[in-house]
Amino acid sequence: MPQLDFATFAPQLIWLTLVFGVLYLIMARVALPRIATVIEERRDRIADDLDTANQLKRETEDAIASYEAALLQARAKAHTIAQETRDRLTAKTDAHRANLEGQLATRIKEAETRIKATKDAALLNVRDVAVDVADTIARQLIGESDPAAAARAVDSELA
Amino acid sequence: MSASADQEGGGLGIDPMHQFEVHTIIDINIAGINASFTNASLWMVIAAASIVALTVFAMGGRAMVPGRWQSVAEMSYEFVANMVRDNVGTAGQAYFPFIFTLFMFVLFSNMLGMIPYSFTTTSHIIVTFALAMFIFVAVTVLGFVKHGAHYLSLFVPKGLPAVLLPLIVVIEVISYLSRPISLSVRLFANMMAGHTMLKVFAGFVIGFIGAGGAYIGLAALPLAFMVAFTGLEILVAFLQAYVFAILTCIYLNDALHLH
Repeated sequence: MPQLDFATFAPQLIWLTLVFGVLYLIMARVALPRIATVIEERRDRIADDLDTANQLKRETEDAIASYEAALLQARAKAHTIAQETRDRLTAKTDAHRANLEGQLATRIKEAETRIKATKDAALLNVRDVAVDVADTIARQLIGESDPAAAARAVDSELA
Repeated sequence: MSASADQEGGGLGIDPMHQFEVHTIIDINIAGINASFTNASLWMVIAAASIVALTVFAMGGRAMVPGRWQSVAEMSYEFVANMVRDNVGTAGQAYFPFIFTLFMFVLFSNMLGMIPYSFTTTSHIIVTFALAMFIFVAVTVLGFVKHGAHYLSLFVPKGLPAVLLPLIVVIEVISYLSRPISLSVRLFANMMAGHTMLKVFAGFVIGFIGAGGAYIGLAALPLAFMVAFTGLEILVAFLQAYVFAILTCIYLNDALHLH
């Protein structure tokens, strides 16, 4: 069994001590601190990134809230403007209509007056014509003319 | 076993232990002590260099989003860090570099040993025993430094009937003293047994093929076994490194936090 060859013990022990010692120093001084730094930096970076993401999320939420507030305000304003416009237009239309109605009423009244005058004049003409017709008919039928009696008879019929 | 039989490798004559032989590459002698650079030293250096390559050079980019090798390096770090945190707690942070070096060194030695024609440094009892003994002495010294003579209460479980006391204390002391032996033999025996088994079955394959004729077909059986066993050996290589590191953590925990 080569493992029990005592002559090889000394060189193996010496080289084991040497190699293991050097390896330990390199690990402890160089390799492990470096790996630890990298892992720690990554952990910090991830934590930082998460913080930033959270902050951005909060900012986004704020922006959305202010946007919604602005939207609400704008909607209220638009509503006010619409209402005002509607009111103004209504008032204007009402005034216009009142004006028109007033004019129409005046014209209707004038027309009625005119119609009444015309009607009165027409009625007067009708009487004269009726008196004439009655007098003529009476002369044709009975041969005598009495315009005054005819006028009386027409007047009594018209009254 | 003669040296010629080792080298000939004729069929079943292959010596499965030949792979564990240490041979000198550069002869070095310091003050009469043999400090030669051997194949064992070479594979220790290769293991250490691979670990440095993984943990220092693969981490060279220090990328925020890690690449493949950087991920492996970071995963090894997290794996051992969690092991230390779970088994020793925050007091174990100071010993984390040692546990990490130990785990990686044993893991790489075991894994590199799976490469054909390589040498498995952890298949030598002197290497595993040296590591285990260092851990045992360090943990014991640490225990006495932290707790003084009170550390001896480790051998006296709480709530023990007085009648059983002498017996249990003796058992506890023996179990404590056998820690370095069990720790080192477990790793060494696993590595040696696995590699020997692979070599034996490889010998069967070559033996059957060498016999020719109908025997060539039979060679498929030990070959299939070798393929499956190689998979198992890779698992064992990782598992033994893990067991070695976690037992070190448990011993360290005993020394730091006396029950």
